[in-house]
This record gives sequence, C-alpha cells and structure tokens, in this order.
Amino acid sequence: MMEKMIFGRYIPGDSFVHHLDPRSKLVFVFAFIIVVFIANNTVTYALLLAFTLFIILVSQIRLYFLINGLKPILILLVFTFLIHIFFTREGDLLFELGFFKVYEEGLRQGFYISIRFIVLVFITSILTLTTSPISITDGIEVLLNPLKKIKVPVHELALMMSIALRFIPTLMDETDKIMKAQMARGSDLSAGSLKDRIKAVVPLLVPLFVSAFKRAEDLAIAMEVRGYRGGEGRTRYRKLKWDWRDTVSMLMLVVLTAILIYLRT
Amino acid sequence: MDIKLQQVSFAYSIGTPFEKPALFDVDLEIPSGTYQAVIGHTGSGKSTILQHFNGLLKPSKGEVHIGERVIVAGKKQKDLKPIRQKVGIVFQFPEHQLFEETVLKDIMFGPLNFGVSEEEAESRARELIRLVGLSDSVLEKSPFDLSGGQMRRVAIAGVLALQPEVIVLDEPTAGLDPRGQREIMDLFYKLHKERGLTTILVTHSMEDAARYADKLAIMHEGQSVLTGTPREVFADSTILEKYRLELPRIIKFQQKVENLIGKKLPKICLTEEELALEIAHAINRERDEQ
Repeated sequence: MMEKMIFGRYIPGDSFVHHLDPRSKLVFVFAFIIVVFIANNTVTYALLLAFTLFIILVSQIRLYFLINGLKPILILLVFTFLIHIFFTREGDLLFELGFFKVYEEGLRQGFYISIRFIVLVFITSILTLTTSPISITDGIEVLLNPLKKIKVPVHELALMMSIALRFIPTLMDETDKIMKAQMARGSDLSAGSLKDRIKAVVPLLVPLFVSAFKRAEDLAIAMEVRGYRGGEGRTRYRKLKWDWRDTVSMLMLVVLTAILIYLRT
Repeated sequence: MDIKLQQVSFAYSIGTPFEKPALFDVDLEIPSGTYQAVIGHTGSGKSTILQHFNGLLKPSKGEVHIGERVIVAGKKQKDLKPIRQKVGIVFQFPEHQLFEETVLKDIMFGPLNFGVSEEEAESRARELIRLVGLSDSVLEKSPFDLSGGQMRRVAIAGVLALQPEVIVLDEPTAGLDPRGQREIMDLFYKLHKERGLTTILVTHSMEDAARYADKLAIMHEGQSVLTGTPREVFADSTILEKYRLELPRIIKFQQKVENLIGKKLPKICLTEEELALEIAHAINRERDEQ
C-alpha cells in the first residue's frame, strides 16, 4: 500500500524545468498561486489551463503522476463543484428536477473553481516532482535568509525540513515491515469494528515511535561526532546557480500576469 | 504442512513507473518436516520469497500452495488468517515488533489474535519464556527495559506462541553475539526435531545452512538457481563462486586438510564434530596401515 504513494515524489529527469534553480521554481510557484486568482472569465481560465499544460509538456512529467496527485483532493474537488452548481442562482436556468435547480452561472463557477484547483495541484506537483527535496530546502533556506535579521532560525528550520524529508521513505519502509510482522502475528488492520481497528494501530505505532526516537538519537550523535555546530560559517556543497533559464521562466510569469490582467473582466 | 511454489514471479509497485521485479519463475517444494535453507546474496530475493510463505505478499504470476490453501496470482484472497497461524515468521530484527507494556502481554498478543483463551495464552508464554532461555521474572518487565539479545528472544517466543506448523526464519541471529547465535540456532533445531516443525531458514550464513539444513536453495537475482542437499550443493565450489557465495568455513578447512595430506576424506563434512571424527578415522587408518 505504501508503494502506491506517488504524490510528492521526486522523479529525476533532464528537462528545462528540472534544470531550473530551486529558488526560481519556488518563487514561480508562490507567485503563480497568487496569479491564478487574477483569472475571472472563460478566456483567462483557458489561458491558465493552456499555460499549465505547456509547463507539463516542458517538464516531461508523465500525466500519470499528476493525475495521481489529484486523487487525494478529488473529494474536495467534486464537493466544491457541486456546491457551486447547487447554490449559485444566477444566469439562465439550465435544468430543473424538483427543488434541484442548475443555473448557467453555477455551472460556470463550478468549472472555474475546479480548473483553479487542478492548475494549483499540477503546478505544485511539478515543483516536487522535478526538484529533489534537498534542493527545495536549499532554495527555501536561501530565500528565507533575509529573515535571519529578525532572529528567525532559518538554517535550523531548513535542516529540520531536510531531515524530515529524508526520513519519510525510511519511516514508510519501517511501517511496512512492522505492519507485516504484526500481521504475521494475526493482527488485522482491515477487519473488524472501528474500535478493533483503532486498537490494531497500537502495535504499529509503538514500535514506530520507539524506532523513530532511536533514529533521532543516533542521527544527533552522528552529527555531533562530525562536528556539526549549526549554520554559522557553514559553506555549501551544492551551489545554487541562477542562469538564463531562470530569467526566462520569471519573464514568462510576468508576461502571463500582464496578459491575464489585460483580459480579465 | 507442505509448501510449494510454482513458477512464482513477483514485482514490487506493479503498474507504476517504479515497478521493480524481484522474483522470476521460482519453483520450490518444501515437504512437511523439512529443514530448508534459502541462501543468497543481498538483493537476491530471499526476503521477498519468505513473505510468500504466509500470504503477506501475493505472487504476480504463478501459484503458492500452503498446505491445502492455494494462492493464485491475480485472485483476491480472503481470510488469510488461518495460514498466518500455521506459518509463523520470525522477521529480521524481530525485536522491532515488541510493543506491549510487559513481556507477558507481548508474547500473548499473537495467540489472543487467533482466538486462544487468556489462560492458554498465558501458559504458553510461561512455557516459552524458559524455552528461549530467559527466566520467569522477565515476564513482568517492559520489553523495552531488556537488552537487545533478550528482546530478540522475547520476540521469538512471541512467534512460537502461535504454535505454528511451519516456522520461517529471516536471519534470526543477525547482530547477536556468537554464543547467542549458537543458542538461538540450536533452539530452532531442537524445536524442528522434537515437534516436527517445518523450518525455513533464510540466511547468508553458509555455516548455519551447512550445519542445520536438510535441503538448500540458492537464490540469485530473483531466481532459484540451485537446490539440493548440503552435500550436493557444496560438492562443487565453482558453481557457488558464480553466484558470489563461498563454501562454509568447515568445508574449506576440510579441503585444506585434504590438500596437505594428499588424500580425500570419504565424505564432505558439514559440522566440526563430523570433520573431527573423519580426521581421527583417517589418522587411525594411517596408523593401522603402518
């Protein structure tokens, strides 16, 4: 079951998007999240969708992964779509069934919101799919650096993030192993009443916590042994480099924003 | 209970781009009461194969027969619990599965899951704690207060408490001190002999395989490449080398002795006792001839 988790996984590649600096990708994604809200009519939404498809094409990510990333929010998507359909009462009446009334404007808003959702999920998925977790944290650390002036422990936060990301697969493996060991002893996670199922989680969680704490301790010792003393005066092994690609992608975003502002109503 | 694998193939993450084949057309027959060793290099698929023995993994192709039960690829399996009671698995580093407040409760966890009564489960726990070489006083302690070796024994007791007919061992002695290793292996051998347990030992220790197993299966890159009795398998070291495996130390020692005295001993010896006996016989024969 663990092996089916694909959302948020990094897939190495050699595309334009893969080669972008993580800083520019992060800025791009955050700016894009705001830009999405500029769109407010069919043309602008179509443009957003087209732009997103273009990025998918350039990133050479198989659509499979992106569709997979949509699955967790499918319920949310359908729910908001339906809410708009049922509760917006503007425009022409399209369809009526008892007290169900579907209006043109409701349908349109429903589609708009769905497109907004899908576009956001796709773009953020592309970020995690094309950028290794380490580069992402590197990027975040550099981008947040100015906050150091107001005493935000940026380096420590970035370190915590990279450690957390690093241990996700390890913990998943561990969960899988312990689950199998307990299943072999007759524990059943998928049968019985809700109470039984909750009880069946204990034999899984206790060993998992024990090993996580042990790992944390080992890691702390290993870091100290190698002279880790925080971020002060630390140089980097991976240097971030801003090149023409990054400038191009920033320009593209600016152009997109300008067009959207021009076309919106 | 016989276990039979027929043309079993298995791949992880099937249907995703991360698909990773692990087993290819493996055939393996383990008749009831056999001590079977599965040997292989890291990544040879031995840990994957052992999870097929009680339905934790289902084959992507082929069939697994576990006693009367048949697990066929592609068919949905309902209620594998009875199999899991009959086939106990001691995973690598089994101490990681301990979770209860006391050792007693932890050993009772398995039997209670299979509907054994409290009293029965407790009496099993009390019997087993001695069998694995710990004292009664341990039962009331928290498993997390024990030493690594003690935890391992408690975890093993927890699997034995299911009273399985087949026991599958995945590197049961990894990380133990030499004496602990020997004690654990001897315990399993005793259970195998006394209770007629079918035992499947997954290991890369050629020594353990030589000493205890009736049958060996060599795994290499997801395939079962060589099966037979230890003497058959160890007769030809060139095949083993091909699979990056070595002869057991005891057999290497025998070969060195044979080279020095310029004579072959009458049989391949699998244990120190056997070899000592053969060498003594050889010396005696020599003396008689002179």
